[in-house]
Amino acid sequence: MSDQSSYFVPASSRLPIWMAFGLMLFVLGAGYTINDLDKPDSNSYWILIAAFAVIFSVFFFWFGEVIKENDKGMYSDQLNRSFVMGMQWFIFSEVMFFFAFFLALGYVRVFAVPWLGGEGEKAIANMLWPEFEATWPVMQTPDQSLFQGPKENMNFPGFANVGHWLPFWNTLCLITSSGTITIAEHGLKKGNRTSFKFWMVMTLILGFTFVYLQGLEYYEAYDHMGLTLGAGIYGTTFFLLTGFHGFHVCMGAIILTIMTIRGFRGAFTKEDHFGLAAGSWYWHFVDVVWILLVLVVYVF
Amino acid sequence: MSAVIDSHSDDHHHGPAKGITRWLYTTNHKDIGTLYLWFSFLMLFLGGAMAMVIRAELFEPGSQIVSPEFYNQMLTNHGLIMVFGAVMPAFVGLANWIIPMQIGAPDMALPRMNNLSFWILPVAFGILISTFFMEGGGPNFGWTFYAPLSTTYAPPTVTFFIFAVHIMGASSIMGSINIITTILNMRAPGMTFMKMPLFTWTWLITAYLLIAVMPVLAGAVTMMLMDIHFGTSFFNAAGGGDPVLFQHIFWFFGHPEVYIMILPAFGIVSHIIETFSRKPIFGYTSMVYAIASIALLSFIVWAHHMFTVGMPIAGELFFMYTTMLIAIPTGVKVFNWLSTMFKGSISFETPMLFSIAFVALFTIGGLSGLMLAIAPADFQYHDTYFVVAHFHYVLVPGAIFGIIAGVYYWLPKWTGNMYDEVLGKTHFWMSFISVNITFFPMHFVGLAGMPRRIPDYALQFADFNMVISIGAFIFGLTQLLFLFVILKSIFAGKQATTKVWEGAKGLEWTVASPAPYHTFETPPEVK
Repeated sequence: MSDQSSYFVPASSRLPIWMAFGLMLFVLGAGYTINDLDKPDSNSYWILIAAFAVIFSVFFFWFGEVIKENDKGMYSDQLNRSFVMGMQWFIFSEVMFFFAFFLALGYVRVFAVPWLGGEGEKAIANMLWPEFEATWPVMQTPDQSLFQGPKENMNFPGFANVGHWLPFWNTLCLITSSGTITIAEHGLKKGNRTSFKFWMVMTLILGFTFVYLQGLEYYEAYDHMGLTLGAGIYGTTFFLLTGFHGFHVCMGAIILTIMTIRGFRGAFTKEDHFGLAAGSWYWHFVDVVWILLVLVVYVF
Repeated sequence: MSAVIDSHSDDHHHGPAKGITRWLYTTNHKDIGTLYLWFSFLMLFLGGAMAMVIRAELFEPGSQIVSPEFYNQMLTNHGLIMVFGAVMPAFVGLANWIIPMQIGAPDMALPRMNNLSFWILPVAFGILISTFFMEGGGPNFGWTFYAPLSTTYAPPTVTFFIFAVHIMGASSIMGSINIITTILNMRAPGMTFMKMPLFTWTWLITAYLLIAVMPVLAGAVTMMLMDIHFGTSFFNAAGGGDPVLFQHIFWFFGHPEVYIMILPAFGIVSHIIETFSRKPIFGYTSMVYAIASIALLSFIVWAHHMFTVGMPIAGELFFMYTTMLIAIPTGVKVFNWLSTMFKGSISFETPMLFSIAFVALFTIGGLSGLMLAIAPADFQYHDTYFVVAHFHYVLVPGAIFGIIAGVYYWLPKWTGNMYDEVLGKTHFWMSFISVNITFFPMHFVGLAGMPRRIPDYALQFADFNMVISIGAFIFGLTQLLFLFVILKSIFAGKQATTKVWEGAKGLEWTVASPAPYHTFETPPEVK
């Protein structure tokens, strides 16, 4: 093909400036919507909806252009390596985003809560609320009038009751889906498209089951367990860690859905399937985060 | 071959497009570098104007010009704009211009994303500045936005501040992914890692730091957002959280961040000193290892910013010792620069003057940093003007002098014209003298106990503060001269040669001046 030897540099592009515009709408929309949460007649969320429309359209056209250019053979091996590295470093940045939340959980559990409860080197913090006792999960917050602690928590209920414990089924779904997507990729690389499509669909079913179960868990937390965002530090860390993970699962599931649709429409070859590979790395990444999360949020 | 490919490759070999769309749609690393540099220059003047307001208020004791509330907003935004709007984009701009030319690459690895990472910066800062005109005023909680000042007691505009920080972070992360990918993947054949120019090396490590810590900052502001609007208690002890947690997360980002703002300057200064000493850099390998060590150590020193917050004694000691360790690789670099100059055939053009001043004055900032690293002594210095003196010494005659030196060094390559050497030297001497008048007395008032971030002060600090303010006004005005020198070099001046400087080495000095729109479309061979 034409440009295999040299590195393809697009001449110019309207896409990025539109994305910048979409992000501007997003910031204004999200800012006004959140600031107006206590005003029911506010209509700032329309800016947010417009922002999403712009952002998703730009994504659609941007990826479309990249796929077209790739199909025309404009991308050299070197350029494909750039995509691979770009995706790897992007996942590294995501790892560090989760690191901040794991750091927060670790600090709270190892230092802040014991100190508030009168244990450890800075036990003097207990003078703020002398009644407060340090336990994890924190069921009684230091100031119950401001942050009503949860009635129940999500901790591992012991092996006898594991069948009724949603995180167990979630873990099963997600770990299995990491396996199924690997089988799908192997199928594609061997030229077995039926196997590829079948296992991609299986992956999606497992992924969306995870999202459904996570939603169910949140419903139970809010409805039966008194476990809310405002339920003190346990609810805070529980919802933010599982919530951001769940958000990433949704993103991953959307990416894989698109990849599956493209697969059904005949995209990807044995050698050339970077979009799928990138989606699959992302999926493995959310799986690894989940395993860590189960250990430190639910079990220990 | 299809028509589409033809049209693409046609555009590709021609010059830039005409009009405003050239800048809006560009994917060219030189155009984007130029955009970054002008944007950061604009932000330098905006943040500088805020510094002038601060110094005008502090010219005399008592409340003079602005209300304490507005003073807080000036102080906060001066810091935010200088860090995220001036210094960081300036380095990214230099990286965009110079790295592809230094490593013999045709462009950045991901050109469209490169455009995006620039154009969301004006969005972020436009929104940040627009908060001044909203109800409640702009951010007023200091550039470190400690909770609960930035949560419980923040103005309602903090929501926009949070999202603006998210966008700045996205810009930095995308820019860094681009730079790191370019350096790892696009080097000319034969350019091994240990043949890479030092500016490229410093940026490789800086980009790694940025990708590692900007997401942590995003996490911190997200927690703030949740605490403010959604009832969580990350930073509220009443729910079992801890305001100190905010400081830990912030400084886990913040300390690598301060090295992000100095490492590329190390690279620039290394090039300039070897060029104008007409000697290869002394200890290239040790320079590389020193940069890498500084970067790694930057992850385990963060709590030295919070010695007085009430940490366990083991934490105080750990962070004190690790902080002092950083002096070793930094010392290696300073002595390598001195050894490079030793017995060199030195000439003192403007970039060299700024670089020598960088070495001397950055060392002063580094040594006051060592004083601050001593935990027991820090209880005296903490939150005084001594700290302000320290970090302005590493940022103004450090990072900013590094950037200015780089601009003078590469300006002939960009514009094709030599800058006016007399004006450049005038700019240097005015800056050098006024920067010391501004920041050196801050050490004294700080040690004597003048607290930072306060719009008024006790009478005994009056004389020094007047001196500081006069120095600051001179320094601020002097930078208008810098603008003039740059504009003059764009429109007029002696034609620059390809090599520009007698002692210059590296691939960027093998292309014409001004550098053609596309360089190294076929990679050069590096021996």
